[in-house]
Amino acid sequence: MNQTQSPTLPIQEAESPILSVRNLTTSFRSDDVWKPVVRNLSFDVPPRKTVAIVGESGSGKSVTSLSIMRLLPKRSSYIEGQINLGGQDLHTLSDDEMRRVRGRDVSMIFQEPMTSLNPIFPIGKQIAEALTVHKPLSRSEARAEVIRLLDKVRIPNAASRFDEYPHQFSGGMRQRVMIAMALASKPKLLIADEPTTALDVTIQGQILDLIKTLQDEDGMSVLFITHDMGVVAEIADECIVMFRGEAVEMGPTENIFLRGKHPYTRALLSAVPKLGSMTGRSLPLRFPIVDVLTGDMQPQRDVIDTVAQTKSPVLSVKNLTARFDIHSGIFSRKTAAVHAVENISFDLFEGETLSIVGESGCGKSTTGRSVTRLIEPVKGSIVIDGHDVMALNRPALRRMRRSIQMVFQDPFASLNPRMAIGTAVMEPYLEHGLGSRRQAQEKAADLLEKVGLKADMMRRFAHEFSGGQRQRIAVARALMLDPKVIVADEAVSALDVSIKAQVCNLLLDLQQSLNLAYLFISHDMAVVERISHRVAVMYLGEIVEVGPRAAVFENPQHPYTRKLMSAVPIPDPSRRTLKRELSVDELRSPIRSLKYVPPVREYREISTGHLVLLN
Amino acid sequence: MITFLARRLSQLVPVLVGVSVIVFLMIHLIPGDPAVLVAGIDATKEDVAAVRQSLGLDKPLVMQYGEFVGRVATGDFGKSFRTGRPVSEEIGVRYWNTMILGLSAVVFGTLLGVITGILTAVYRNGWFDSSILAVSLLGISIPSFFLGISLMLLFSVYLGWLPLTGMDSWKNLILPTLTLGIPNAAIISRITRSSLVEVLNQDYVRTARAKGLKESVVVGHHGVRNALIPVVTVVGLQMGYLLGGAVVTETVFAWPGIGRLIVQSIAARDFPVVQASVLLLALTFVMINLLTDVLYRILDPRIKFK
Repeated sequence: MNQTQSPTLPIQEAESPILSVRNLTTSFRSDDVWKPVVRNLSFDVPPRKTVAIVGESGSGKSVTSLSIMRLLPKRSSYIEGQINLGGQDLHTLSDDEMRRVRGRDVSMIFQEPMTSLNPIFPIGKQIAEALTVHKPLSRSEARAEVIRLLDKVRIPNAASRFDEYPHQFSGGMRQRVMIAMALASKPKLLIADEPTTALDVTIQGQILDLIKTLQDEDGMSVLFITHDMGVVAEIADECIVMFRGEAVEMGPTENIFLRGKHPYTRALLSAVPKLGSMTGRSLPLRFPIVDVLTGDMQPQRDVIDTVAQTKSPVLSVKNLTARFDIHSGIFSRKTAAVHAVENISFDLFEGETLSIVGESGCGKSTTGRSVTRLIEPVKGSIVIDGHDVMALNRPALRRMRRSIQMVFQDPFASLNPRMAIGTAVMEPYLEHGLGSRRQAQEKAADLLEKVGLKADMMRRFAHEFSGGQRQRIAVARALMLDPKVIVADEAVSALDVSIKAQVCNLLLDLQQSLNLAYLFISHDMAVVERISHRVAVMYLGEIVEVGPRAAVFENPQHPYTRKLMSAVPIPDPSRRTLKRELSVDELRSPIRSLKYVPPVREYREISTGHLVLLN
Repeated sequence: MITFLARRLSQLVPVLVGVSVIVFLMIHLIPGDPAVLVAGIDATKEDVAAVRQSLGLDKPLVMQYGEFVGRVATGDFGKSFRTGRPVSEEIGVRYWNTMILGLSAVVFGTLLGVITGILTAVYRNGWFDSSILAVSLLGISIPSFFLGISLMLLFSVYLGWLPLTGMDSWKNLILPTLTLGIPNAAIISRITRSSLVEVLNQDYVRTARAKGLKESVVVGHHGVRNALIPVVTVVGLQMGYLLGGAVVTETVFAWPGIGRLIVQSIAARDFPVVQASVLLLALTFVMINLLTDVLYRILDPRIKFK
């Protein structure tokens, strides 16, 4: 174990801290060996301040928060050190005393608003429970207080939503419910464990603002756990950087961002794409990679222009429309339809990256799947490499799919756990009968090297690889058929920042060496800005704005594009004072009645290739 | 809710028609001539022909089926070939006997299964869990005739606490209930345990703990109700199984239920009784399923009455 002096926050105020953690070490038992996952962690949370713990997967940040709450399973975890909250050491309390502290003195909200509420009880009842467990209240008193809390977290029509169930709320609204529940007993400390990670970016902005506002209103302290440097810059007064179970650096947020000393801090910050940092550039840019141990910056080659705009496009989509029918009633008649993709057109050229950005339900993934006819479009024309995809029969469609391959979001779910990865990579090649087993093996080995893995890993299974490595395997598998186009559906979204940067660089390298065209589907504006040539913004199934990346990002025209961009947290603490309005917009979904006739849409050309939907 | 029930009830019709066709045909495909059986061993060819005509067995199959459906629709299942009494009389009491036994076994099995399931989930991987696991494995694998006879030997023969066979008092119900209910409890206990263990690992249980709720409320209120949703399905299926599959237990304890009646009637080629009994059991089975679905929707607000 590393016994170096762990960093501590400088004493700033005479006021004693709300939470004071000293030498916290949490160990988990695996195979009868106790393995520390958080080591020797000490920090303070001052009154009314927000302290962020930032780190990647496995850094121990969530375990820290669960250790403070003592919510880890007793049998398999072991906590040492002191956790002082308002003068008492939580570590020494009996189970029943600790239970009384939870929810009353310190509350917690979690990452997954979709699963953190009990599905079978009305939300009002669940909030009321948090009240009555710490304070005797009559039913009507509790109800009135719950409605006040729902109002406080800005849920519209609070009174009428008391008896509704969690599934009747959107993700953002559920997170508001969770916050209302956490604030029920006016705790001194709120622990927020990745509270906005699962939310769309505009909703994330709303929730961050809400937490800030409520913090001011109630004067509580917040311990904020996150992996997102942008969120840290936006919300935290102080910041603790964790790496492999230890705090490597802590201090005021501004110091960390501007004068971070530890190599890991610098590596993390350099890997974070910063929206707006590409101003003045027209080509994509590789991420700088900083060595985690030495802090040395590896030089990044410049990206050369790969786009073959003079040739005819490798993928051309015209008036693509995809709908999903909604059935209801006794005879399950068609009663409405989700207009997931409505009349969209775009071209993609060899060596080009066209990104489709938008929030949940905007139709971006459906677009990717329709293009390969994994979802059967209602109408439209799709031409891939000169072939009319809509006219193909089954065998021809199968052959066509060689030209267009997909990489999906979840690197854990998209590899068969019982198949050696060599077999998985070779499978498409053999399935399409492109050559012998020996040839497949050679090609797979070659591709694994190309994506930065080793050829001798072919016998291993998916669980032996990290998330980033698995995504590299998925890329290798997609390349096995020598495709012209790769549809990358949120392909880097589930990865940690530093891994995300590496995989993005890999995609850029492959584009350069193989002249690949990417249809890059993503919700992450900052990554999109970094790696695309052109960008299409989707909203409610339609493209509202499309154009060269620089034009769209530097001169956004459509109100939705602007809203989307202003919602992205910028990893720059000097912009902290910027505040958005406390809006409670919900993401809408394009469900239309059967009578709905899509309006004729017109686009205005702002500059060459930069089109904006006219309302 | 009303449209849901209307829709589900209307779906019953094709199921019952299907069952009636299968039952009707099956009996005609089985070797053995019912007319010969009814007429007796000494009957002449003429006697058999007369019996065949009086029973309507000489008509084409389609007509026989049509007449059968027509009679069933008016509640007339005909007369037993064997006893000559109306089928409804033959079946009525027997059916209720089976229902009493089935219900009591299901209630017993569910209570015991759910309680041990909850306890083993809460104290999982401890000594209690492993002993219940051993007992339920035994409960699932032991054949019911063996369990029935063992219970009978112990409680009726050696200890003399309970009556041996028949249906004279409520005490007669105890041993057959145990015989049917113990394997049932074992299955329900395993399902409840695994369901609750899964629920206790859910995020919303962590939320409940983070609120400061007592562990008994966390498990009893937030855990158990969620965990019971899949258990309801299993109880419904078990109930159907108990109604149809109680033949062995009914035989061991000389319980005058419908299971034994069906076996006897099949042996005697007593078509009307078999047809009516199977139809009635099918109807019961489908109704139990409907009840399960309703209960399922009451427990889980995410599933709508569609």
